Amino acid sequence: MVASDQAMQLEAQIEQWRSYLRRRQAIHSNDVEELEDHLREQVAALVDAKLSVDEAFLVAVKRIGALDRLSREFAREHSERLWKQLVMSPVAGGESEASTRREAVVAFCLAAVAALAVKVPELFGLTLGEDFGFYGRNLSLFVLPLLTGYFAWKRGSDTATLGWLAAAFVAAAVFANAWPHSPGGSTEALTVLHLPIALWLLVGIAYAGGRWGEVGGRMDFIRFSGELFIYYVLIALGGMVLSLFMMAMFQAIGIDMEPYFERWMLPCGALGAIVIASWLVEAKQSVVENMAPVLTRLFTPLFAIVLLAFLATMTWTGRGVEFHRDILIAFDLLLVIVLGLLLYSISARDPHAPPNAFDVMQVVLVISALLADAVALWAIAARISEFGFTPNRVAALGENVILLVNLAGSAVLYVRFLRGRGAFGGLERWQTAYLPVYAGWAAIVVVAFPPLFGYI
Amino acid sequence: MEINKDLVAASSTPLVLAILADEESYGYAILKRVRELSRGNMEWTDGMLYPVLHRLERLGHIEARWVVPESGRRRKYYRITSRGRTQLAEERRQWQAVDATLRGIWSALSIPVFAGPIVPVAQGA
Repeated sequence: MVASDQAMQLEAQIEQWRSYLRRRQAIHSNDVEELEDHLREQVAALVDAKLSVDEAFLVAVKRIGALDRLSREFAREHSERLWKQLVMSPVAGGESEASTRREAVVAFCLAAVAALAVKVPELFGLTLGEDFGFYGRNLSLFVLPLLTGYFAWKRGSDTATLGWLAAAFVAAAVFANAWPHSPGGSTEALTVLHLPIALWLLVGIAYAGGRWGEVGGRMDFIRFSGELFIYYVLIALGGMVLSLFMMAMFQAIGIDMEPYFERWMLPCGALGAIVIASWLVEAKQSVVENMAPVLTRLFTPLFAIVLLAFLATMTWTGRGVEFHRDILIAFDLLLVIVLGLLLYSISARDPHAPPNAFDVMQVVLVISALLADAVALWAIAARISEFGFTPNRVAALGENVILLVNLAGSAVLYVRFLRGRGAFGGLERWQTAYLPVYAGWAAIVVVAFPPLFGYI
Repeated sequence: MEINKDLVAASSTPLVLAILADEESYGYAILKRVRELSRGNMEWTDGMLYPVLHRLERLGHIEARWVVPESGRRRKYYRITSRGRTQLAEERRQWQAVDATLRGIWSALSIPVFAGPIVPVAQGA
């Protein structure tokens, strides 16, 4: 009777210990189970050594270690499980409330600065309607330095890093504006498209704080970018609805709001929203945290089916890929989408889980995209000399090669993982190590293409 | 005797790999083995073993599987992979180099160092 009482009490104590453990986000239920197995065996061993059940439980719990330290160790190993806790200041209680409020204030101020910054050039006579090239080239420079500053402030970056980041932004501003682009030419359009990609890396360095050198830090940045994109699209949709309502309502009383919308609401809102969306991702991300993985789960099979159907039809009918202006861009976009699906399923995946059917689907998607792209590249390579090397074509070709190499490497690592020859971590390392390549190419396009192609 | 935290952390990888190179095992048994091998000189906080195991698993040095015994709770077993064996060989070479260097220093040291009776390992060559 006494023994069963004790056993029941032990169960109750273990249950309580387990519930404490479960509250730690870094420790998953599987780990709790593993630790509980350990605890039970330790208790049993101590009881065998003539300790009472109570004493044995206390000693065993003590040996497992303080939960705070334990969960910190788990967090260090499994950073993907609580990246938000790691990157947000882990203070407790009232203090965290104050710091949350301070962050909100800073974020809104920076958003306001970004919104106003885009209007500053107007004081010097550059209007949005006429100097489209200027605004296009400098668009990212109105907001990304502020965003970088925000993260540098939040992570407490050291002065050396700050200096490098500032120097990089100054260099970007010089290269965006110093080249004598012919207005509306293709090198200018390329600068508009590529400068944000190059500068996004600087945001990443500030975002990761001291962890840019680690796989975990870069993976967090990839997650952040995806969540930011989703938030930004949501905010943009809301903003569109608001603007339409506003214009329709003022129309009813005979006032045309369209000029105001075009001159103020659209540019200021679009830039300010980037800062706000970033802050939201940081502060509230658990709301959409599971969105990117759900979207990738949904679309990976669909894209794989479309690509397989494309390849099958092409083989069946014997039709080749026809070369026309936008074919390279279309295939670049395809690779970007496939890479996105791959990246976000990697970022959400538990690296320890064994391969499953979804992983096979992922490999099918990547390999079919590679085949489709190879066919397209073949068609292009055969005829590009006829059509000549324009800056657009070279840029698109470079991007295609970069994405192709990335996906080919991913496919090899993924197949190795599926066949049990490598760990999933290899794939993560490959993706995170590749990040600077995109920015590097984008920087080359911005810096070297205009003089190379005569500023056309 | 208390062994310094950094030393414990540094030696955890070769220890765990070496124990698993012998046979497949699970957390509690690995710790018990460490305790036996060190004659109680190396005290790990039990829970800290698990992040180490998970790291080695992520690196592909060991692999895990859940085993459900006929009656009772399921348990996570770890076993070494071929990559883990390579790593173990590498760790072993490095530790032997460190060990050899230290032995050289100990024997060259003129001041006698008292090595307690409970640590015969530390008496040197």
